Amino acid sequence: MDKLHLDQHISHQFNKELEDIRNKVLTMGGLVEQQVTNGLTALLEADYDLATLVAQRDVEVNKLEVEIDEECTHVLARRQPAASDLRLIVTVIKVITDLERIGDEAEKLGRFSRDLTAISSDTPSYRKELRHLGELVKSMLRDTLDAFARMDVDAALRIAERDEDVNREYETLERLLATHLVEDPRQVSKLFKITWCARALERIGDHSVNICEYVVYLVKGRDIRHTNFDQIRSEFMDNP
Amino acid sequence: MQTSAQEAFDNLKETVGSPTVDNPKMQTSNVDVFYGEKQAIYDVTLDIGNNEVVAMIGPSGCGKSTFLRCLNRMNDTIPTCRVTGNMSLDGENLYGDDLDPVLLRARVGMVFQKPNPFAKSIFDNVAYGPRIHGLASNRAELDDIVVDSLRKAGLYDEVKDRLDAPGTSLSGGQQQRLCIARSIAVSPEVILMDEPCSALDPIATARIEELIDELRENYAIAIVTHSMQQAARVSQRTAYFHLGKLVEVNSTNAVFTNPQHELTENYITGRFG
Repeated sequence: MDKLHLDQHISHQFNKELEDIRNKVLTMGGLVEQQVTNGLTALLEADYDLATLVAQRDVEVNKLEVEIDEECTHVLARRQPAASDLRLIVTVIKVITDLERIGDEAEKLGRFSRDLTAISSDTPSYRKELRHLGELVKSMLRDTLDAFARMDVDAALRIAERDEDVNREYETLERLLATHLVEDPRQVSKLFKITWCARALERIGDHSVNICEYVVYLVKGRDIRHTNFDQIRSEFMDNP
Repeated sequence: MQTSAQEAFDNLKETVGSPTVDNPKMQTSNVDVFYGEKQAIYDVTLDIGNNEVVAMIGPSGCGKSTFLRCLNRMNDTIPTCRVTGNMSLDGENLYGDDLDPVLLRARVGMVFQKPNPFAKSIFDNVAYGPRIHGLASNRAELDDIVVDSLRKAGLYDEVKDRLDAPGTSLSGGQQQRLCIARSIAVSPEVILMDEPCSALDPIATARIEELIDELRENYAIAIVTHSMQQAARVSQRTAYFHLGKLVEVNSTNAVFTNPQHELTENYITGRFG
């Protein structure tokens, strides 16, 4: 986060407050990433203990969200931040909302692990497809958090592009499940649960894209949500 | 490679942003100001538009007050002060031979940092300008001007029962509004304010800021302020001065959320640059 020169305020206390907020966001990011990894493992390996752990640790994620939000409110009230400091606070408030929701999706994956195991052996559980989608999403989230930590606009824009792969995988799986459903409507409940897992993973990809967009706002001061990404890429990337 | 803030300043050839506007009331271009040998302002170009508040910010000694005072030739009173470049009001050269500085100061009024009411009654403070400029032909007209000006300055209701009381008997915030009423009384077109709230408490400050916003409907306003929050609250455009140069001028929203020059960023975020 060197680009923001967080340590160069005349007020050392202000430096400390911003640095503290930034560190907490990185901690929250790390925790959420671990939650997604564990949630996915719990789902695919039918590891109920791990699923329970994921559910328990979601409380920590929520607590961090509230804590960081409160610290941001204090900075707004006491420091009236401007320019990059203001953008940092606004960005953090938004990033932690997305992180918290990713945490919820991770918990959901853990919760479905029991249902997935309950699927009888004569019904495909689509584990391979879910694993593939999960790995795509996990690497996307990891790189997103890296891009946020390093304030890397170029990386953020490249990562956002990868959401198309995630969506494609999700849609393929959805089609498979729909076909299966038509062929064997008795499996409706089980197939829906698999769809929900896939959907949870796909949503994590969307939240990652949101965070990537905030990184661009933080560094460049441009709100790129709901805009033409091709144009943004040619404007901000070295090799679009 | 990223240059240091100082290098960026040294290389600054042109002001960042948009110093000119579509409907200027006052226009200035390539203004240099010297106090004797010492140059205080370097090549400043800046318009003040109709019905807008332009805030000028920057560290002490950056030239913002000097520049403001050039806009109604207040610097004429300093013998060593020399102004070059173009400055105009509605296209008329401010420093032209045929322009009377006294009349100019009636068209371009000024409010100072410390409220400075005359040692006269509240009424006479406001009536002073209209009297010397012969703006009222009888007492009734003068009364109208005084009441109207006090109303516009948001002070009338507080003083209507004691117009004969000395102006100095008012509170600081009221005195400052009296000074604003006094400058409005001569029907100016532009109002210059040099840190008008720095001696006032937050409530009096809020009143003056509210007033500035109302006055914008009829006047062009330029305000020098050390309070960044005040600049952010009252102005439509913000100009950042640094060591005599106009570094950046842009919409206030842009300057306070995404300043383009590193020096502006450093100043408004309280970083040492």
